[in-house]
Amino acid sequence: MSTGARVVKTWAPLVPFAAWMFVFLGIPTIAVCIGAFQKESGGFTMSNVNQATSGVYLVGFENSLKLGIIEAIVPAIAGTFIAYAIHTSRGSLLRRSLVTLSGVFANFGGVPLAFLFIAAIGGETALVSNWLRDIGIDLYAHNITIYTFGGVALVYMYFQIPLMVLVILPAFEGLKNSWHEAAEGLGARSWEYWRYVGVPVLMPSILGSALLLFGSSLSAYATAEALTAGSIALTPIQIGSFLNGNVLAGQENIGKALALGLVVIIAVTMTLYVVLQRRASRWLR
Amino acid sequence: MRAHIRRRPGTRTASAATALLCCAGVMSAAGTASTASAAPNYSTATSAAAFGGMAGLIKAAQAEGTLNVITLPDNWANYGAIMKDFTAKYGIKIVSENPDGSSQDEINAMVQLKGQSREPDVLDMGTPFAIKADQMKLLAPYTVSTWGDIPASAKAGDDTWWADYGGYVAIGYNSATVKTPPTSFKDLLNPMYKNMIGINGNPTQAGAAFSAVFAAALASGGSLNNIMPGITYFAKLKTEGNFVPTTASATTVESGATPIVLWWDYLQASEISAQVKTWKVVIPTDGVYAAYYDQAISADAPHPAAARLWEEYLYSVAGQNLWLEGQARPIELPTLIKDGTVNEMALKALPPVPSGTVTLPTAVQVTAAENVVAKEWSLKVGG
Repeated sequence: MSTGARVVKTWAPLVPFAAWMFVFLGIPTIAVCIGAFQKESGGFTMSNVNQATSGVYLVGFENSLKLGIIEAIVPAIAGTFIAYAIHTSRGSLLRRSLVTLSGVFANFGGVPLAFLFIAAIGGETALVSNWLRDIGIDLYAHNITIYTFGGVALVYMYFQIPLMVLVILPAFEGLKNSWHEAAEGLGARSWEYWRYVGVPVLMPSILGSALLLFGSSLSAYATAEALTAGSIALTPIQIGSFLNGNVLAGQENIGKALALGLVVIIAVTMTLYVVLQRRASRWLR
Repeated sequence: MRAHIRRRPGTRTASAATALLCCAGVMSAAGTASTASAAPNYSTATSAAAFGGMAGLIKAAQAEGTLNVITLPDNWANYGAIMKDFTAKYGIKIVSENPDGSSQDEINAMVQLKGQSREPDVLDMGTPFAIKADQMKLLAPYTVSTWGDIPASAKAGDDTWWADYGGYVAIGYNSATVKTPPTSFKDLLNPMYKNMIGINGNPTQAGAAFSAVFAAALASGGSLNNIMPGITYFAKLKTEGNFVPTTASATTVESGATPIVLWWDYLQASEISAQVKTWKVVIPTDGVYAAYYDQAISADAPHPAAARLWEEYLYSVAGQNLWLEGQARPIELPTLIKDGTVNEMALKALPPVPSGTVTLPTAVQVTAAENVVAKEWSLKVGG
């Protein structure tokens, strides 16, 4: 077979997926990037980008970034420990049911999740609020509610931690038990094993998962909207106001500028990830 | 010998079949779009006279047989009953798309479905969106027979949109859990209403929530030109712990999360009172804010005669009274009362309005206020 035919044969199976990605990811991204710089009438303008990076929209980016970083680091650590516990547990029923449950919780987001928390601790008469009051802890007397930034962060962890567990669990399969035994045999203590063998082996996967968590929380819309109804500035909610609201008319291009901002953030994060990944996989080369 | 992965038999046939299906799909879509009616072009008719009177209009509409409506929930201003009555009277089928959509969804539908048979014929949208649709040349001018009964300030200068029904921002409360009924915005600041008060959504997205902020502004020393006191009011409500930032609805009322809701009076009646028997609605004494939604006809409506008949029907005594039964105030209510054709029982069921005339905000005031809310809401209230 000639080289040309071989190239075509190798890459041909990718074409449907590439076409799909181009139509549903590439074209919208291009449209958003172009629209961010357009006036309502169609000419070029920087005013959308200027507005999107000032005032309440700048606060929105700050809050979204803060939320993204918290929701990448904390669930990454918690999820790794939980995944390790699942991996080393002896009961196969426990392991299988935990994996299945993680799969369910990782996808249980949006309005049902927000309502779950509202029904549980969303008011003075909510279920868990009552139970806590019966044992002497009155959340509402101390003005602790879930309708704050901290509350949103807590609710997001409900699906971020199981997502981390699901994604990092296969990585533990690559950490062979024989390495631990070999290290012990050579006189290494447990923490030395983890520091020199375990963590370096897992680090590329942990970094990749953290990036996934960051992107997931950066773009989450329905949960925060149902929980706070826009009282906390977050970029996806602000984009939603422009796209499908009943109030602001004629300013969608600022929404596109906000979306462009998110694209830029993700691009920067991915570059950072590639750099970190290369360092973390050094020992593999 | 070179290793050779054998392709599964039938792969070529499968790809050919897929290609054929795609072609068929494209052709049928093109076919639907180009189905033009052979009837005369009623898209430029600006009144019933163009049809030779109501009888001609009814005949032309029945010949079209269908009406596309959009974003009309059954329990919003009694639209369920209105659509049923219209179909029963004229035999025209109503196709109701996206009932939970917003005014922006209506504009998007007109733009994206342009020229297709699914494009909405008639629209019910907030005033800023009617103005925007007019600027985008999406609307057709039309004057209903009772045009003179609609106040001049409530219709477009070029006849492309006109007010339909409206209501007042009202305080609704669950009399079973709220022992002392609130009657004003000032009352709501009382610490006894801690963790009780909600609005229907995000004021930068939902017209009803935005109106609650505007009403609060009127109650706190603001005016139709100054909505900032309304935002400060809600910021204060939040720091005191009275304000619950989630989207209030019949569900949050039933779960106990928001025993007090600030919302349009007619929606409180149709959506919350229907589910919660102990629900009471009062119009606040210090912040009286009312707004009307607008009707419009799409410029290239697929069923232009049916669209115009629908408008004539809505502005007849029957249509106006059906809106009234949904506890919304139809724009021609003063005329109905004067002529004695109003449904007395429905009129009595409306929550009493504090005396004095209410000024409706102009589109310019609303747009300016919206921009302020968009910039300040989450900064002040998010805290």
